[in-house]
Amino acid sequence: MPRRGAAKSDDVEVEIDDDNVSDSDDGATQKRANRKQAGGRGGARGRGRGKKPASDDDEEEDEAPRGRRGANNRRPAKKRGGGKNDDDDESEDEGPKKKKGGAANKKKGGKAQDSDEEDSDAGKGKKGKKGGGKKGGKEEEDSKGKKGDAKGKDKGKDKDDDKKKKKKKDDSSSDSNSNSDEEEDSMSEGEMARLMEEVEEKKKLIAIIRNKPWRMKRRLVLLKEAQQFVDKFEGALGKGKGRKWYAYKVMMTKKWIKFQRDFENFRTACIPWERKIKEVESHFGSSVASYFIFLRWMYGMNLVLFGLTFGLVVIPEVLMGLPYGSIPRKTVPRAEQDTAQDYSVLMDFNGYCKYSVLFYGYYNDQRTVGLLKFRLPLSYLLVGIGTFGYSLMLVIRTMAKNADVGGGDGEEGEFTFAWKMFTSWDYLIGNAETADNKYASITTSFKESIVDEQENQKDENIHLRRFLRVLANFLITCSLGGSGYLIYFVVKRSQEFANRDDLSWYEKNELEIIMSLLGLVCPPLFETIAELEDYHPRIALKWQLGRIFALFLGNLYTFLFALFDEVNSKLDEEEVIKNQTIWAMKEYYANFSRLNNDTEATPPPMNPADVIRGPCWETAVGIEFVKLTVSDIQVTYLTILIGDFARAVIVRFLNYCWCWDLEAGFPSYGEFDISGNVLGLVFNQGMIWMGAFYAPGLVGINVLRLLSSMYYQCWAVMATNVPHERVFKASKSNNFYMGLLLLILFLSLLPVVYTIMTLPPSFDCGPFSGRAKMFDVIMETIELDLPAFIGTVFSYAANPGLIIPAVLLMVLAIYYLNSVSKAYQNSNMELKKKMQMARDEEKNRRNNKDSTNQVMQDLEDLLPNRSLAPPAPPEPEKKPEPEAKPTKTKSGSAGKGVNLQKDVALASPNPNAQGPVSRPPGPRGPGQMPGPGPGGGRGRGRGPPPR
Amino acid sequence: MGNKQTIFTTQQLDAYQDCTYFTRKEILRLFYRYRDLAPQLVPLDYTNHPDVKLPYELIGSMPELKDNPFRQRIAEVFSEDGEGNMTLDDFLDMFSVLSEMAPRDLKAYYAFKIYDLEKTLNKLTRNELTEDEVRMVCEKVMDEADLDNDGRLSLEDFQHMIVRAPDFLSTFHIRI
Repeated sequence: MPRRGAAKSDDVEVEIDDDNVSDSDDGATQKRANRKQAGGRGGARGRGRGKKPASDDDEEEDEAPRGRRGANNRRPAKKRGGGKNDDDDESEDEGPKKKKGGAANKKKGGKAQDSDEEDSDAGKGKKGKKGGGKKGGKEEEDSKGKKGDAKGKDKGKDKDDDKKKKKKKDDSSSDSNSNSDEEEDSMSEGEMARLMEEVEEKKKLIAIIRNKPWRMKRRLVLLKEAQQFVDKFEGALGKGKGRKWYAYKVMMTKKWIKFQRDFENFRTACIPWERKIKEVESHFGSSVASYFIFLRWMYGMNLVLFGLTFGLVVIPEVLMGLPYGSIPRKTVPRAEQDTAQDYSVLMDFNGYCKYSVLFYGYYNDQRTVGLLKFRLPLSYLLVGIGTFGYSLMLVIRTMAKNADVGGGDGEEGEFTFAWKMFTSWDYLIGNAETADNKYASITTSFKESIVDEQENQKDENIHLRRFLRVLANFLITCSLGGSGYLIYFVVKRSQEFANRDDLSWYEKNELEIIMSLLGLVCPPLFETIAELEDYHPRIALKWQLGRIFALFLGNLYTFLFALFDEVNSKLDEEEVIKNQTIWAMKEYYANFSRLNNDTEATPPPMNPADVIRGPCWETAVGIEFVKLTVSDIQVTYLTILIGDFARAVIVRFLNYCWCWDLEAGFPSYGEFDISGNVLGLVFNQGMIWMGAFYAPGLVGINVLRLLSSMYYQCWAVMATNVPHERVFKASKSNNFYMGLLLLILFLSLLPVVYTIMTLPPSFDCGPFSGRAKMFDVIMETIELDLPAFIGTVFSYAANPGLIIPAVLLMVLAIYYLNSVSKAYQNSNMELKKKMQMARDEEKNRRNNKDSTNQVMQDLEDLLPNRSLAPPAPPEPEKKPEPEAKPTKTKSGSAGKGVNLQKDVALASPNPNAQGPVSRPPGPRGPGQMPGPGPGGGRGRGRGPPPR
Repeated sequence: MGNKQTIFTTQQLDAYQDCTYFTRKEILRLFYRYRDLAPQLVPLDYTNHPDVKLPYELIGSMPELKDNPFRQRIAEVFSEDGEGNMTLDDFLDMFSVLSEMAPRDLKAYYAFKIYDLEKTLNKLTRNELTEDEVRMVCEKVMDEADLDNDGRLSLEDFQHMIVRAPDFLSTFHIRI
């Protein structure tokens, strides 16, 4: 199996493919071809080869090297030789017929072919036999032709061949078609299986051809061949009854693939802003672009949420529910009606806004609406839950996918220089200025690591740096605490304000203003403080993100607690009002009957505007969130306009008449603030998730916001910002964003679920009014709409006796999976260690070992019977140990490295692990077999800075 | 999907889609990009495989490549004649490998062909490092990446190293 042995790299394997393909197309080498094809590669091939007579083998040997030599030329060459000859002698007797058949086949195209196969099979069987008689002669001719042609092929000829290919292929394909038919008669099960295998292989090739590092032309040719081969033989497989089914299956697979491709085409066509992002990317590097990609992703997700909410909740209510003004909850109360259309009121989302479809309170508690009996309350609840479910699923799936893509768990420090060298250029950069920055930053980083390497352990002043970092963290904690207290204070104050009416605009909006201001002031403050720490920008970015995250989170939760206070007070209030309403109703009826002196007459229904109503805490919460979102949008946009645009304009135009260089000096242009923007986006999304249940319109607002912000920010970044001074790559921070998002999602899930599960819904507004708890809707549906047994099933399922074991099971599963993954990790580490050891071993063997590995040598010196190793100065026995230590600490630049090396040193004496590696013949003599084991291990410790 | 384009036949498009990581739309877009480089040279009809090559000067002036220090190497590697003159096939090939969808191993394979140590370093730093530094960095790289320690950086070594790099996938790609 000489070829197999060599077939290590893809290329060689390909050549084998080549052989097979061309052979199969070659009408001439039919008998042998079949065996060869069937043989395929690997074991199957071996079998096929074994049967062959020696002469065949010779020919094979002849072919193999040639095949390898003339990668591209070979196939066409054969084509010519074989194909032409075929044409010549075969077309004489049966050419016309065959061509016809072949043409017919071709015309119907690949897909039709397999169904075709059957009927053409029958006719061709005879032809095949006829052709079979000629085989011997042809084979000779053919091989001659091959030998002759294969030598003198050049690319020019290839091209001619390409043109002629189609025609020829028709011929040859029909040839081998007939051929295969003939064989089919005598085809044994094993051959069948092999053919099947072959076809499968071809299919696989088709599927992965794009992964092969070949030239396009070759790929195209191979693809065509493989496709034709598959077309040809696919139909021939399967016998009797199975055949039709097989053909059908094959056809369906093809259809499915086509559909998938079309769908893929469609999907990519749907992805917007590709060019915009690309433009940004080329100017600012991938880190800034990662923000926009994230924004786009968010937009996609929100679009789905929007579709859910509007399609299943808002639109049914608008179309099929009662119109505005029909019931109290859909009417502006009499007292507010005068001002309900004022701009300021509307901007506060009061007045008509409050009693609109945007908010929870507007929805009616009718069990079904419209002709279709759409169960609106149920749908409202399910959409609320589904929003979270979908988001969770999407975020986690994206994270998993990202984690999959992100390169192996590249340990920092293993390939510092190599990575710097080969992966530091960002191919996305397409802007001279950015490129300049990039060059500069790469040079700096190289210089930095050179310096690092040169004075490995000479830390200039680690104490100062540590002190600065501690100081920075202290300052940041202080400011976080300060901002938390400020919000707490404001919230308290706003609760006081809530009882007063004479509020100025500032006092009304104090909370929002303070929160926005904090969001505006703190991040730059943190950034300034972070200067003290002097981290690499990528690490600094993460710290920055984490800190701002903490800030926002604190703010958000303070806000939430304030909100809960409010809700609780509203709930109390509601109790009172509920009684009042009942009383008022009675009063109304009593008055009516008293005034009309007619106890029997039914009074006309009360004007919905006059009905006393509860505070409807759900709508209040919804309004808070909408207000917060809107003010956030305003602040963000204004910040961009003032902080970036105005600054850029001033810097640009005042520079002509200013005493220092504004562009290069103090204000200069702004840089794009990735961390702030990402976090803004994440928190905004958190608001949406929290608020969407109480304000279905919020999702719509958010979609608009994301849409506009895509254009606005793209414009702003291109027009006003300059690339980062130290352009750095995004690396895997995408998943970092996702992690933040997941955290926020979870945190925003908590309050919503809490309110749904525990708080009673308002009695007179919203889809759940009149029920004790919101989720009662589900119970109701189960009882009323579903068959009885489902109710029973549910009641069983909700039984703690079932839930607790289920939870237990899940915990166990998590535990098990966790430990499995740990075990994998361990074995991974083991393997890595082994590899490292083998590598060092190799290194030592190759280099003159004296020079590379002192410690190992020392150890060797201690061993008796050193016969072949060069004599080294004898050392005192104790020497190796003390020496090993300093080297260890010296070589590893990071603490991790040191640890690892120690591990290795401990592990290495195991002779089993070392045995196979150390055995191969090297300069070391056989007399010191046990030597290399420990030696290799020590070598790790010493390794002339191996990492 | 009635598209009115007559540049490629459906079979050609399908074949290209099989051979690259692009969708039909992207292939057409790439074709137009290719054509825009030299409208007078490239015909609008590719159904009969015209033999057209664009010289390196044109390829290298694409905005995607013009600031790339390795553009010459890239073009050379991907062109069939090894001198940077590209046919449409080569062109598609290049961007397919550099596309986001291409798997790591394929990218690593081509990266291996594109990079060579000393020149890479000098290009990356615009010759701002001294000779000693360059030599040292090269030594370090060899030391780190040369697993079988044969004094050369083989493809396996390179792949082993580059596949683990966290940034490789995100930076070794060009969006079209």
